[in-house]
Amino acid sequence: MKYLCLECDEAMEFVEAEGPEKGSLSVTFICPKCRKGIALLTNPQETQVVRALGVRLGGRTVPPEPFEQVRTTLAKQREGLFHPEEEEVIWTEEAEKRLEKIPNFVRPRAKKVIEDYARERGYREITPEIMDEAGEKIKIGM
Amino acid sequence: MRKEYKEYKDIIGDGGSNIVGQVTQQIERLRSRMEKVKHKVAVISGKGGVGKSAVTVNLASAFSMQEYTVGVLDADINGPSIAKMMGVQGQHLKIGENGVSPAVGPLNIKVMSMDLLLPSDETPVVWDAPSQEAAFIWRGTMEVSTLREFLSDTEWGELNSLFIDLPAGVEKLPNVAQLLPNLDGVVLVTIPTEVSHFVVKKSAVTAKALGIPVVGLIENMVGYICLNCGQVGDLFKTIYDGKKMADQMGIPYLGRIPFDPRISISSDKGVPFVLEYSDSSAGKTFIEISAKINGFLGRNK
Repeated sequence: MKYLCLECDEAMEFVEAEGPEKGSLSVTFICPKCRKGIALLTNPQETQVVRALGVRLGGRTVPPEPFEQVRTTLAKQREGLFHPEEEEVIWTEEAEKRLEKIPNFVRPRAKKVIEDYARERGYREITPEIMDEAGEKIKIGM
Repeated sequence: MRKEYKEYKDIIGDGGSNIVGQVTQQIERLRSRMEKVKHKVAVISGKGGVGKSAVTVNLASAFSMQEYTVGVLDADINGPSIAKMMGVQGQHLKIGENGVSPAVGPLNIKVMSMDLLLPSDETPVVWDAPSQEAAFIWRGTMEVSTLREFLSDTEWGELNSLFIDLPAGVEKLPNVAQLLPNLDGVVLVTIPTEVSHFVVKKSAVTAKALGIPVVGLIENMVGYICLNCGQVGDLFKTIYDGKKMADQMGIPYLGRIPFDPRISISSDKGVPFVLEYSDSSAGKTFIEISAKINGFLGRNK
C-alpha cells in the first residue's frame, strides 16, 4: 500500500508503527511537503494478515531471527523449546563402545537423546552410568 | 471527474517499510538454504487416510539405507505425524546464528515438524491473534509462512534428498510450488478405491498444470498380508487398478505396497518399518520404489 497526500500530490512517508494493541496496529505517515499526517488503523483481521506475512512495518534494520514468525505467533509452545547452541559433551571410551552396540539405525537418535539428557542435568561427560540413567528415565533401549 | 494526481505506479517505494524488499529477502534466504539440497520431492495424495506419511517415512529411510543424506519436512502444519513416526518427538531444537538444528531420526535423517514445537500430543496448532474470528482470512497465510520458515531456517545442511510430506488437500501443492520453484517432482500415493483414485487424479492434474514433474504413482494397501500364514488377501474388494490409472494419465507407475500390520506398529513406536523389516514383501517394495524414484531424480537433474 502507498499513501498519497491529495493536496500536495506527494507520496507520504512512514513515520512509525505501534501495536498491535487491542488487536489494532497504528501506522502513521506524513506528507514530506505539507507535514500533514495520517494514521492507518487496522482491524484484528487486517492486523493478523500483516503478521502472517512475516514482514515488519517500517522496515528492518537486522534480518529476522530463525523461526521468528512461528516463535512469536504460535500460541502454545513446548516449554524450553529452543536451546541455544550447546557446548560439546564428551563421551568416555567405555560409553562410546557401548553406544556402538546400539543398532545403527537408532544410534544417532539415541546419541542425541542421551546428550540432551546429560546437558539438561549439567553433565559434561557421558559415562555408561549416565547412559543407564538416561535409558531408565527416557525409556530407550540400550 | 477524477482530479489528476499520482497513481500507484508513479510512486517509487512504499514510504519506508520496503515490504517488497523484505519479501525478496525471505525468498533469497529460502533459495540460499535450498541450494544445498540436491533433490526436493513432495509426497502427495489429495485424499487423507491413504498412508502417505508412512510412505514418506519409509521412502526417506530407504534412501538413507543407500547412504544418501536425507531430510523429511512435515508440511502438515495442523496434523503433524512425522516426528512420531520417526521417533524424534521430544527432541530439543537448537537455535544458532545460521538457523535451527532439526531433530535427528534413524540413520541421521533430519526431521522438521510442527509436532516438535507443540507442548503435548493433544495440543492443536493455535495462532496468537487479536481474535480467532474470521481466521480463515489469515490462517492459510500463516501456514505458508511457517512452511517457508521450516524450509529456509532449518539447518538442513547438504542433503541428497528432502522429502516433503504434504497434508491431504489438492490446494496445498501450489503453496509448496510457489516456495520451491525448482521442486524435482511429486510422488502420488493412492489406495485401490474409487474415491482415492478420484481425488489423486486431481492432484496429478494440478501437478502437471503447475509444471511439476510427476515422479509416479504408488498404490498403497494393496492386499493384506496375513502374518500367520503369509497369504495375501484382498483388503479392498475393488476393481480399481492403479497401474491402469497411471497409464491412462500418462504417469509412471511406481508399484503397489501390500498392507502389512507391522507398518503401523513400527510407525507407532517411531522406527521406520523398512529399517526393521527390509526383507518383508512391503519392505522390499519400499526399497524397489525408492530405487525408481532415485532413477527418476538422476535422469531429471
